[in-house]
Amino acid sequence: MDTKFKGTKPSRRTFLTGALAAGGAAVGATYARAQGAPDPLITEVQPWRSQLGWGVNERPYGVPSVHEAHVVRRDVSWLTAEPISSINFTPLHELDGIITPNGLCFERHHGGAVDLDPANHRLMINGLVDKELVFTMQDLMRFPRENHVYFLECAANSGMEWAGSQLNGVQYTHGMIHNVMYTGIPLRLLLAEAGVQANGKWLLAEGADASGMTRSIPMEKALDDCLVAFKMNGEALRPEQGYPLRLVVPGWEGNMWIKWLRRIEVGDEPWHHREETSKYTDLLANGQARRFTWEMDAKSVITNPSPQAPLTHGKGWTVLTGVAWSGRGTIPRVDVTIDGGKNWHQARMSGPSLTKSMHRFYFEFDWDGSPLMLQSRAHDSTGYVQPTKNELRAIRGENSIYHNNGIQTWYVNEHGEAENVEIS
Amino acid sequence: MSKFLKIFAPAASGTAGVLALAYVMADQFVVDVPAPIREAIAVAPAVAQEVAPAAAEPAAAEAPVVLAEAAAPAQEGGYGLGRAALPEEVAAWNTDIRPDGQGLPVGSGDVYTGEEVFVERCSMCHGEFGEAVGRWPVLAGGHGSLSDKDPVKTIGSYWPYLSTVYDYVQRAMPFGDAQSLTADETYAITAYLLYVNDQVGDDFVLSNETFADVKLPNEANFYMDDRAEVEMPVFVRPDICMENCKDTVEITMHASNLDVTPGDTTDNEPAAEPAAAEAPAAEPAAEPAAEPAAEAVAAEEAALDPALVEAGAGVFRKCASCHKVGEGARNATGPQLNGIIGRAIGSVEGFNYSGPFKSLHDAGEVWTTARLTSFLANPRSDIFGTRMSFAGLRDAGDIDAVIAYLQSVSQ
Repeated sequence: MDTKFKGTKPSRRTFLTGALAAGGAAVGATYARAQGAPDPLITEVQPWRSQLGWGVNERPYGVPSVHEAHVVRRDVSWLTAEPISSINFTPLHELDGIITPNGLCFERHHGGAVDLDPANHRLMINGLVDKELVFTMQDLMRFPRENHVYFLECAANSGMEWAGSQLNGVQYTHGMIHNVMYTGIPLRLLLAEAGVQANGKWLLAEGADASGMTRSIPMEKALDDCLVAFKMNGEALRPEQGYPLRLVVPGWEGNMWIKWLRRIEVGDEPWHHREETSKYTDLLANGQARRFTWEMDAKSVITNPSPQAPLTHGKGWTVLTGVAWSGRGTIPRVDVTIDGGKNWHQARMSGPSLTKSMHRFYFEFDWDGSPLMLQSRAHDSTGYVQPTKNELRAIRGENSIYHNNGIQTWYVNEHGEAENVEIS
Repeated sequence: MSKFLKIFAPAASGTAGVLALAYVMADQFVVDVPAPIREAIAVAPAVAQEVAPAAAEPAAAEAPVVLAEAAAPAQEGGYGLGRAALPEEVAAWNTDIRPDGQGLPVGSGDVYTGEEVFVERCSMCHGEFGEAVGRWPVLAGGHGSLSDKDPVKTIGSYWPYLSTVYDYVQRAMPFGDAQSLTADETYAITAYLLYVNDQVGDDFVLSNETFADVKLPNEANFYMDDRAEVEMPVFVRPDICMENCKDTVEITMHASNLDVTPGDTTDNEPAAEPAAAEAPAAEPAAEPAAEPAAEAVAAEEAALDPALVEAGAGVFRKCASCHKVGEGARNATGPQLNGIIGRAIGSVEGFNYSGPFKSLHDAGEVWTTARLTSFLANPRSDIFGTRMSFAGLRDAGDIDAVIAYLQSVSQ
């Protein structure tokens, strides 16, 4: 809980705290070892080498190492009136690969998280269908399933940065995203069961929680790739992610992925409910607003180094890494710069390249110890290239709140400390 | 059904062995791919990178393989799962409202009634005129501000449809007591919100029959997402610059100047009073004077049943959006609750109490366990005129638990 960011600039203290949090054992070793002397961690028998560890029955549901206690979701308390209708953030700088562990997936609730008993949960399909139906969870388990890895990004991710760099940490600037494998029923199969009538062009999805969240979804999307999911990363959805049932709307803004899904209504027009009018519409500089901005534009960010993950090793070889994603397809390429965009290098993509999923990239370089200005820019499979923040502002102004996919800049000083900045 | 059969025919036939979706997967995700499949699929080398001096060769090029997944099959005539929804069930859940009025129940409400209900049920967060308390949403005003530097997006200045107001109020409000308003109350609140937004006069009556007559002023300023036409042509850039793209680079803005990142000592007061937050003003020196009282409290705390306290912590979630308790708790929508048992009613400094609370305070009344139990069972009838919108705790066990919890965390 106590990774500190103090003062107006990341301080020497930040640097040390960060290092300790990142790898206590290694740092301890450095302190314990006299210059040039043998490392006692190697030459002396350590307690864990002779005494026994715990047995298999002690931790029936495994938890992370005690040394990883700082790897948690965090919130920004001034963002919302109180913590129930609020949001927290995924610690992207602590993760690697493309899969987000279930317990670290960011949370956004409008009426608090609830833990529903699956035996008491029902899914209703009503409206312009031949048969209005009610399903129990047991019924749903008998439909064919599919497995897909998708990112879920809140439309407001990076929304605090429209007017300029504000939050010092990739967790806060980009942490309203997670990427997991869903197991679920294609929504088209459930709709086929009810029989959509010819004028059924829209769906209303509704949650069972105290916010009764609703969003309108066009029928083409529902029939294309939406899932009604009950598992994430192989286990049941976490309560805060909508247990026992949530909607998966690949590539589209996270608010549409209704949690605690209890009802799907078929209609001939959209409903224009609160979260698609008052919220989740994009106000432009001229006072007009875009509605139904569903797709998430291609975006990337360098997760390490970043303000919460400074370079603690001094000059020499280092690993720059980050993630990229697009609501329109895959990410065949990410470019990175270490000199503020004078020169760009193609990063090395690593791991699976799946549509509407996070992608991992790396760029290894030999740091000469001079200050860096780091940026990444994603290219997606449509040819779209992630724009700069100023290019976005030129079209949209600064009041959109949502859909800020502009290029992020980290300034890394000669001590390896990183800061969120904007550059010319 | 016929429409669906056409749509699903390709998907169904896909299961006959056609690989409908092909994925490039990295080798570490592949445990065992049969050799024939492995050979049949394209193997694309990882993108070569520029950083590769022989001495420090990065990870070896991976050999991605393609996995395939057939679409889940549709079944002609469906799977026969689920049961017919009964009309009563559909009616209970299908309460959503559309701009054309579809879904509106029969009912009506006037501005005056709306004001009464709003002040009682909504004003503790939204203010008596929709001006909002703290960071809760502002509901009125903001006209003509949408192109300002700090636009105020309210029902009157921004929302396109009145139906959204009715739908949202009946769906999710009051916060923490959703679904407790009648149709007439919802019409009345909606009428009052039109009134405070200068859309109707004070004699206005809103009903399912007059609903369609009301248009909100900003409706025409919304349009369908046009990024595909406006932004894609600009941002699809096959020949983007890779070398010598600019001569100089300057930092134009630092996040650290703002100092609003969590973990900063100042994160709750952006750019203000860092000195005040540093050192706790209250010195622990004043303890002895309060000793007897502290001992009594300590004795009572010691007697608290841990299971009851734990249950109370859960119950308190219903209260926590408005009331804070514990070390450093401040007033929020409701007063902070530290030391509530034994505390004079209406006595928290800096909290603007309603009339009845001021009267009880002036009469010297004190919160006892019995007094609080009675209040929590039915707040609005127990202290008539309270601004607390909470409906009360129906379960006596919950009341005992939450009081035990408050005692356990009070400072």
